Amino acid sequence: MSQSNMAIQRRSFLKLLGAGGLMLSMPALAKDKPLLYSQGDALVSDGVLQITPAGEIIFLMPRAEMGQGTNTGLSMLIAEELNTPPELITILHAGVGEPYKNPLFGMQMTGGSTSIMAHYEPLRKTAATAREMIVQAASEKLNMDPSSLQLRDGKLWLAEKAYSLGDFVERASQIKPPTKVVLKSNSSLRFIGKPQKKVDGLAKVTGQARFGIDVGSPSAESVINGSDQHIPNLKRAALLRCPVIGGEVKTVDASAAKALPGVIDVVTIFNGVAVVAEHYWQARKALTELKVEWNLPELAKQNSADIRRAFEKALSEDGQTAFEEGDSRAAIAKAGDNTLTADYHVPYLAHATMEPMNCTVWLQDDVADVWVPTQGPDVSQTVASEHCDVPRDNIRVHSTFLGGGFGRRVNQDYVAEAVAIAKASGYPIQLVWSREDDMKNDFYRPAASARMSAAMDENGQLQAWDVTRVGPNIMGYTIDEAAGMYLPEFLPGGFVDWISKRGHGIFENWTVDPSSVEGLWEEYSVANKTVRQVTIDPGLRLGFWRSVGHSFSGFFKEGFMDELAEKAEIDPLDYRLQHCGDMPRLAAALKKVADMSHWKQREQLAAQGRYLGIASVFSFNSYVAQVAEVSVEGGQIKVHKVYCVADCGRVVNPDGVAAQIEGGIVFGLSAALSGTITLKDGVVEQSNFHDYPVVRMSEAPDIELHIVPSTQAPTGAGEPAVPPIAPAVANAVFAASGQRLRELPLRLA
Amino acid sequence: MIEFQLNGEPVSVDLPADTPLLWIVREHFQLTGSKFGCGMGLCGACTMHVDGIASRTCILPIAAVAGKSVTTIEGLGNAEELHPVQEAWLEHNVPQCGYCQPGQIMSASALLANNPKPSDGEIDAAMSGNICRCGTYPRIRKAIKSVAGVQQFDPAAQAAGGEA
Repeated sequence: MSQSNMAIQRRSFLKLLGAGGLMLSMPALAKDKPLLYSQGDALVSDGVLQITPAGEIIFLMPRAEMGQGTNTGLSMLIAEELNTPPELITILHAGVGEPYKNPLFGMQMTGGSTSIMAHYEPLRKTAATAREMIVQAASEKLNMDPSSLQLRDGKLWLAEKAYSLGDFVERASQIKPPTKVVLKSNSSLRFIGKPQKKVDGLAKVTGQARFGIDVGSPSAESVINGSDQHIPNLKRAALLRCPVIGGEVKTVDASAAKALPGVIDVVTIFNGVAVVAEHYWQARKALTELKVEWNLPELAKQNSADIRRAFEKALSEDGQTAFEEGDSRAAIAKAGDNTLTADYHVPYLAHATMEPMNCTVWLQDDVADVWVPTQGPDVSQTVASEHCDVPRDNIRVHSTFLGGGFGRRVNQDYVAEAVAIAKASGYPIQLVWSREDDMKNDFYRPAASARMSAAMDENGQLQAWDVTRVGPNIMGYTIDEAAGMYLPEFLPGGFVDWISKRGHGIFENWTVDPSSVEGLWEEYSVANKTVRQVTIDPGLRLGFWRSVGHSFSGFFKEGFMDELAEKAEIDPLDYRLQHCGDMPRLAAALKKVADMSHWKQREQLAAQGRYLGIASVFSFNSYVAQVAEVSVEGGQIKVHKVYCVADCGRVVNPDGVAAQIEGGIVFGLSAALSGTITLKDGVVEQSNFHDYPVVRMSEAPDIELHIVPSTQAPTGAGEPAVPPIAPAVANAVFAASGQRLRELPLRLA
Repeated sequence: MIEFQLNGEPVSVDLPADTPLLWIVREHFQLTGSKFGCGMGLCGACTMHVDGIASRTCILPIAAVAGKSVTTIEGLGNAEELHPVQEAWLEHNVPQCGYCQPGQIMSASALLANNPKPSDGEIDAAMSGNICRCGTYPRIRKAIKSVAGVQQFDPAAQAAGGEA
């Protein structure tokens, strides 16, 4: 069923929660860790699928819904094997539990464009298992041959007679689950591969979808997951942090703030001073009356101009080798004039999710409830436990809809803050960040530079490919937070902290962080290839940003390929095709996008002032080729249209993939045209959408998309459309203006 | 005491006159469909209709709506009776994360109420105050045009320079 009429269905859960709390329903799994929203008397398959005695099909969604359409896509997998439309399946966001781990990560993280690829078979098997058990139970109870029974549209059918699935749940739950189940054949698929409307669309167009920020205002009409259960005496909180991330409070004078109406308390926590008030606006206003002196961290010494100079200097260092085949430097030395070197740069970037960070916390004596839009509920739980006295397993994490993720909500600093404020004030609180908080306290996409060098033979064919990437690495910043989850809880907090901080240092010297160099060598066949990493870390904290390393390496590599094609005097499309022989699916995508955009006839378009640029990137196991149609007038770059071909293997929901590709292009376009985060004395200079502009309707191009039909295993869709757009636009700008722009955001001379 | 109409019902609040309408609607009236996004009127997530005009309510003091009529997404339509713009949003499968969509829908419905057949340029002008980070703009444009009964965007005409 859709989430719009979840209200009725949800009552049973609230009743359960009210009547003695959470029930254990997982005999086979995690016996000692009761699952949130379990139905004790339901037939349970793998902990994620429950069929209740009332015949309701409940899917405990293991991944976060942040706009990528996982509610719809993963429900379709369940729907397929239950032969029941997704609209008839109740979706609840899962709490924390073993069954909800991402099979590819061993933790509950939603990211890396993995949701479909990781769950495609497991969820179908889960549903097929439930189907077989119901059919067997029905066959016994009705004394009919299983072949005469069919599970369809949420019912069990015997010829024309429909039975509630609930009629067979009790018997089915006593059956030993089959060790092997047969999935539906590809030719008999009913939902997979067909466009499916978003199952949460109605809730989202009527304002009824519940995001984390909505948790504090329960309304009878809009519900999700019981996450709006009444929180008695809930207060609102706003937090003043050090202007430089990582600074701590030295002195605080809260007298003026405390005197304001509605203000209940002012508390100091690990990174700032919070106002707790009856209403959010009162808390936000009172922040301006706080007088705080800060102990500034090391980061306060950093300025963007200095960082840029340091990166440029480091481009000639050797660093660590990330990839090596043959001897690129020897080949370049031999090639005489047939070489090319160019330096590329990208800035730090913020995620700027539309929903600012927020978290609602209710601490009780030995249990705690945390409502949070998060990409990692298990990390939320661990981080929460580190900031209060409640044991990890007694912290119930209620996931909500996410108003955008893009990697930002992998990090859990806002959970730590909310728990610390709740603990210090003694009230249940909702912490809501301002946009300025969000812009200035992100885990940023790293700034990076690259020196790209290559050698070619007399026919222009590449003989050497040599890259030095300079910049900081993401991994250490993420390990800091996640480490606690993997370590025994009895270790003192200080020890966990020590381990995680060492982890940072150990990691840097142990190997190259893959996310720093991914995408710098994979596509093109060249006999001699080297990729090096030189780590310079100014200390601004970093996180995963939609497409991660590919967000910059795609620009470096595809911009440089265009330069090489120009030097070789070969069409940039043909030049790529001549070098991607090991990736036939990439070549096919390139050819298709060239056809769609009339690439070979682009002179006709140029006569009208429109110019094309091409780029292609293999990332998240998917192949994406794009052509951008651009005009340059009066110093302004305008992207009119983007042609895109995406090969993501087998597609579960074609319209969902299309939406992700369109969204990836627009997201990447903001970085191409305007995104930049800069530091002045360690302070992030940008604060809101006036100084961190993003693409708006007037700048959004028309998008013509082709999704390659495929029977290959499903691969990523959420991220792979981001990397090619910046180089496609930059290459079109070169065609239009003759200016080779090697830095993002693109700025004409 | 400030009195105004909220989704057709007379309401009154006794709060400091500078409190933004958005927070009063969200916290006092517990209508959470209108979202907080920027606090500066830059992103449009908080858009409501004030006497039919799409307004950024994160910067609109409650005093400014005294005696006026305020409509939120909850008042525009609901699951039983959708507004045509909401229907078009579903038809074109517009929402991704969905956070900005109430604001987008309020801007689009105000546009169409005043200009039933907007051109591309007019759509740009009316909708460029609403940010969507998921990048649903192409679908929003199509959805608005479908409500307006306007011919869908023609790529060939556009490539020939025929864009509005």
